[in-house]
Amino acid sequence: MTVLVGGDTRAIVQGITGREGTFHTGRMLEYGTRIVAGVTPGRGGAEVHGIPVYDSVEEALSSHPDANASVVFVPARFAPDAVYEAVDAGIRLVVVITEHIPVHETIRFVRYARYRGATVIGPNCPGIIAPGPRVKLGIMPGHVYAPGPVGVVSRSGTLSYEIAYHMTSRGIGQSVVIGIGGDPVPGLDLLEAVELLEGDADTRAIVIIGEIGGDAEERVAAAIAEGRVKKPVVAYIAGRTAPPGKRMGHAGAIISMGTGDAASKVKAFERVGVPVASTPSEVVKLLEVVL
Amino acid sequence: MKLYEYEAKSILASFGVPMLRGRLAATPEEARNAAAELGSPVVIKAQVTVAGRGKAGGIRLAATPEEAYRVAANMLGGEVKGLKVAKVLVEEAAEVRREMYLSITNERASKSYIILASPIGGVDIEEIAREQPDKVLRTRVDPLAGLRDFQVRRVVRWLGFEGDRGRQVEAVLRGMYRAFLEYDADLVETNPLAELADGRIVPLDARMIIDDNALYRHPDLQKAYEEDPRDVTQFEAAAKKVGFSYVELDGDIGVIGNGAGLTMATMDLVYAYGGRPANFLDIGGGANREVVYEAVKLLLNNQRVKAIFINIFGGITRTDEVARGVEQALREVGRPKPIVVRLKGTNEEEGRRILAGLGIEMYDFAEDAAQRVVRLAGQ
Repeated sequence: MTVLVGGDTRAIVQGITGREGTFHTGRMLEYGTRIVAGVTPGRGGAEVHGIPVYDSVEEALSSHPDANASVVFVPARFAPDAVYEAVDAGIRLVVVITEHIPVHETIRFVRYARYRGATVIGPNCPGIIAPGPRVKLGIMPGHVYAPGPVGVVSRSGTLSYEIAYHMTSRGIGQSVVIGIGGDPVPGLDLLEAVELLEGDADTRAIVIIGEIGGDAEERVAAAIAEGRVKKPVVAYIAGRTAPPGKRMGHAGAIISMGTGDAASKVKAFERVGVPVASTPSEVVKLLEVVL
Repeated sequence: MKLYEYEAKSILASFGVPMLRGRLAATPEEARNAAAELGSPVVIKAQVTVAGRGKAGGIRLAATPEEAYRVAANMLGGEVKGLKVAKVLVEEAAEVRREMYLSITNERASKSYIILASPIGGVDIEEIAREQPDKVLRTRVDPLAGLRDFQVRRVVRWLGFEGDRGRQVEAVLRGMYRAFLEYDADLVETNPLAELADGRIVPLDARMIIDDNALYRHPDLQKAYEEDPRDVTQFEAAAKKVGFSYVELDGDIGVIGNGAGLTMATMDLVYAYGGRPANFLDIGGGANREVVYEAVKLLLNNQRVKAIFINIFGGITRTDEVARGVEQALREVGRPKPIVVRLKGTNEEEGRRILAGLGIEMYDFAEDAAQRVVRLAGQ
């Protein structure tokens, strides 16, 4: 286990027979992810890329009791139910790729998962990838990653691909890359993800990719000030030029009620000695200094 | 989706929150009739989805029906803080003894609902929290446990009530909470919540923001939103229907990206190299060629846009689909302005092959592409 995933990760895919579910199951398998089963209600008995499909998570687990993670591609209206089903069946890690889930639904299933000892990554996220053990639970393009000592946590999917790509092309690999998603309320949040990386023996430095909206970056900075995060951290914040009051694509990316602007996040990081890159590629230069 | 005051009040009233008597008016005549029916004096309130209406002249007292006519005639068709006024709310004027603040919202950090209550109100909660932070009571509600009686008692006591008035505050809070849940709200706010001279407890103003992702569960609101997108420009609303999020900015470089973070970073890069973005356009995750086609066509046809920068890093988005969308748009509109593309990720070879066939400038690094597009826009 690196962080949350490792050599013993055995995944199921919920919504495997849908367009995105099928496509990305193929990509995850190519990368090396051990996917043991798929679930789509009403499609039990089918096969996708040679993976058996079941009607329920419970049935999938009775045939594949080693499954311990799930990737959810189920459409927004049915995705909350899929999360409850996975957690109820005892899955410990649920990665929710689905976008447009109402926040109230997310708050409830994230709470439920927490009480049941499970972790939710997402919703509206690219997932998690560990290049060392070659585990990819999500939709990121596998070829831009390489094994290495840097843990990455990101509120933005594409920006994390971009920055991983810069890192890999300069010979800096990743221990794990976690895309926590762009919704206002994520399951695993920025601070929790950073704390996991702080405790991870394979991670020597941490990259935080933040953006406007909320105060997650400020809370990480506060944890650094309290000495709860001791590893070197490098940050990038998207949206320095975003106007206030406008939702910039992500439901969570909005400067509102006087909080959430990039300047306050940059200042919070710089105050605790975390260098903040001004462009995505500058992250690599800053990393080269701290490593 | 931001609701107008009259919409929020009507929803809250349906959950048992007591309200002042009021009538909606779209013409000065209707305002006069409303004032006559309600009995003067009345308060005329411009219906716009922006805070701070009062200071901007959007709330006026009228002593007679004739004055209500004149005030409404002045407001209707005009603007308050840049937003057009199409309707006014005519309400009975009430004598206020005390103004308070009460709201329920989703709290990101605690992953719970949070009730904010303050015995002083009538100004922004940010201002109260800044000036008198000890006046703001924060009560977190676990969504799985729901709002509990002890929490209701805590809020009522904090606002300084017991007995009959305490029960009225309780009805307001419970009604707000039910509306918050039933309507998938991001925010339900009564500010000020007033104690009137006659002993009634009523919200003088009410705000609700509904989660856009939950609008499908509220077809009446969805319809109202489609007919009138409020503070979103008609164009931004139309763009959303096609499947991408679009925000108008004041520059001349068209920016298209996939993913909110990457698109914002692309804007930031254009700025960093001395350019000014004309827009934020995020085609979203998993965009197909149709969405890309609409996005590119939009910017090609926008006269203000001098050059276009498309920055795509494909995960769930297939870059070959993006390239085909660009191809389709160029075939239809021609190429009236330069386009610079950075394409990386899923099916990248095929995507690059298609764009190369169109003779489009491509770059490996976004920085290089940003510098190039700033130069092209300046020519």
